[in-house]
Amino acid sequence: MAADKQFKLPDVGEGLTEAEIVRWHVQPGEQVKQNQTICEIETAKALVELPSPFAGVVGELLVAEGTTVDVGTPIITFDVSGGAAAVAAEPATTDDVGELAHTDAEPTQPPDAADGESSTGRTAVLVGYGPRNDTAVRRRRAAGSPAASAGPPVPPVPTEPAEQALPPTHPTHQWPSVSPTVAAPGDRNGGAESSRSGVLAKPPVRKLARDLGVDLHVVHGSGPDGTVTRSDVEAAAGGASTSGASVTTPRGGEERIPVRGVRKATAQAMVTSAFTIPHVTEFTTVDITASVHAIERLRELPEFASVKVSPLLLVAKAILLNLERYPMVNSVWDDANDEIVVRHYVNLGIAAATQRGLVVPNIKNAETLSLVDLARALNGLAATAREGRTAVADMQHGTFTITNVGVFGIDTGTPIINPGEAAILAFGAVREQPWVHRGEICARWVTTLAMSFDHRIIDGELGSLFLRDVARFLEDPASSLLARL
Amino acid sequence: MVAVSSMDVATSSEFVQLLTPEGQRLENPEYPLEITPEEVRALYRDLALVRRFDVEATALQRQGELGIWAQLLGQEAAQIGSGRALAPGDMVFPTYREHGVAWCRGIPPEKLLELFRGVNFGGWDPGRHNFSLYTIVIGAQTLHATGYAMGMQRDGAEDAVIVYFGDGASSEGDVNEAFIFAASYNAPVVFFLQNNQWAISVPEERQSRIPLFQRAHGFGFPGVRVDGNDVLACLAVTRKALQHAREGQGPFLIEAFTYRMGAHTTSDDPTRYRLASELETWKLRDPIERVKAYLSRGGFADSSFFDSVESEGDELAARVRAACLSMPEPKPIDIFDQPYAGGSPLVDEERATFEHYQAGFAEEGGR
Repeated sequence: MAADKQFKLPDVGEGLTEAEIVRWHVQPGEQVKQNQTICEIETAKALVELPSPFAGVVGELLVAEGTTVDVGTPIITFDVSGGAAAVAAEPATTDDVGELAHTDAEPTQPPDAADGESSTGRTAVLVGYGPRNDTAVRRRRAAGSPAASAGPPVPPVPTEPAEQALPPTHPTHQWPSVSPTVAAPGDRNGGAESSRSGVLAKPPVRKLARDLGVDLHVVHGSGPDGTVTRSDVEAAAGGASTSGASVTTPRGGEERIPVRGVRKATAQAMVTSAFTIPHVTEFTTVDITASVHAIERLRELPEFASVKVSPLLLVAKAILLNLERYPMVNSVWDDANDEIVVRHYVNLGIAAATQRGLVVPNIKNAETLSLVDLARALNGLAATAREGRTAVADMQHGTFTITNVGVFGIDTGTPIINPGEAAILAFGAVREQPWVHRGEICARWVTTLAMSFDHRIIDGELGSLFLRDVARFLEDPASSLLARL
Repeated sequence: MVAVSSMDVATSSEFVQLLTPEGQRLENPEYPLEITPEEVRALYRDLALVRRFDVEATALQRQGELGIWAQLLGQEAAQIGSGRALAPGDMVFPTYREHGVAWCRGIPPEKLLELFRGVNFGGWDPGRHNFSLYTIVIGAQTLHATGYAMGMQRDGAEDAVIVYFGDGASSEGDVNEAFIFAASYNAPVVFFLQNNQWAISVPEERQSRIPLFQRAHGFGFPGVRVDGNDVLACLAVTRKALQHAREGQGPFLIEAFTYRMGAHTTSDDPTRYRLASELETWKLRDPIERVKAYLSRGGFADSSFFDSVESEGDELAARVRAACLSMPEPKPIDIFDQPYAGGSPLVDEERATFEHYQAGFAEEGGR
């Protein structure tokens, strides 16, 4: 078959119209290899050597040296009938190329050599992410994993023989030292990569999904163009948790629990308090043997027959009496108005551990209650809270809080003030301990009281006096009552 | 960093070097690199194949098959070393010359030609390869990269971004703005500056009074100069910089001190502005020859290995050429399908106008 090929003067420099043939490097009849220099040309921009586009025999030089011709003018002919390299442009290898290109040609990509000719001919989506997210997941993993996990030399779409001819340098086992770093983040990266390109979501939503352990690919996007929104992720997270995630949590793994409800309210309250109120905490250890005896007496009284009486009752009473004496402790800092609001009523809060988390219901106007009514209120409060039936109103407008860490066997702590209040008292465990009593060491009932107070309102002196007097009451309830009278 | 006397570079400078031009291995306590002969052979293969591809693409341009080509000749080590330091989840923002990095990201080389042949605007899916499309606007990609890194931060991702640019781009406003934003937001981005000594025809010394890597200190993040023709040093330094970014320590500037051995692009004639002797000096520091010397001298590779890489390169070149020549010509009207995935009324109107215009030619010319 006749195989004469012409080579036309190319535009070698973006928009040039002509060039001068300065010198021919080949002569008619000469055998040339592909990319062998055939001539030098000079354009308005540069002196350039032209490599032969074909392998074969030079037929004719169509333009003499020193002549300037327009771009597109044939300048040389070749006979490529015997050249093996010439086959490169023949259909036989075009198929190869088509297939190679097809390997890389995802439906998500612009149509390329393969798609343009072999597929439906439909122009379809030229750019963008393609129509379906769920198929993108599968496709991505299949196509991306070799490139992703190999990291190194991925001869992209290599010719088979070349791959096998070089086992020692085969990319997939070249980098043992690198593979740990590559493999370990693989899942994460895989997810990150695909989520970045396959699913539409704003960065904070992606962060949320990451934090909640939600795979964006399985979330139905309700936003514009299928964008996954914050509430989509939250809904997906909620659905996941009801499906028994805690049961299937693998040993040694991590679990992600959405923060909401009581936990969220508690967290917000604690953060607000801890970072806006300058806390001071004081401690005192006190012999409350007299109170313990007093409680035993109370339990024998007919009025208390149906009421559970615990040391907490006397702690509450001690606080109520002393709040009356030291009203500043029963106040609150009003930042907005630069005022201290002193409450002449006591809504006494009791921190209660419930299944839903920490709840602090309070006894309204506790200072007006008789001891037995106070005991009843405390009982009712705790029972209601444990049943999870505490009304919102019961948790609002507290003025002072007791946290009874003693019931857990804990001696003391540094409690955080309930927002809206100025002080909180932690009541530690009551233990029988060796104690110096009237000059002798003997077994006494001892506890530790810790009080945190808002130092903007309560100075060290006031806080100390208050705590001391609460302790004194518990040390000797009878005489304290007498002293008040 | 290591002071290198053997290099006797025009700018007497310090840089990180782990492999001398003579193929001698150096140690650097700050940038330790444990690497097996097998891994070095793999790097050699990368370097050689990428160079072979580049040569073929240049020839294709000279034969009228590509509109233009930006050669990477001489910068192979900077690109392969940094490219092989990347983790799969890292995102790359290239210029238009990062053929070596594209190779490392698994992009078939022939795909790179589609843009330069003008059949599309970039033939690969950036999301799939984590390799953005080539950016022609000088330095603009540094801002894209910084913004992307800030997005990664907000995503809570533990990946990093690497962005490539040149000594010329370092004088652009975009690059300096990117430095500032990256520093202000502690963005996980590695700025990889290939200082190839020439911004087209403007020499590096006109770009800066100080070595370029030192500029990072003024922006408040670390900068290091590495021998850009030393693939091992580029690998070690880039790994450390990426780790720095992933650990939340913010941006990092790497100046890879290298040399553009070819023209800026095929439209450029470097003999007009630089001396042949400069090129000869840099040929002695060739990034591939030193790896070959190391492998040969250490007995880590023999001639059959080098021969096989060479023939693999020729096969690659033939494949690329065939793919290039068989790329389908897009119809002029096709361009209207590319701006928006879902179409746009304005573009539809423009398409209709253009169709009408083309139809007019057909009638008059009788084609």
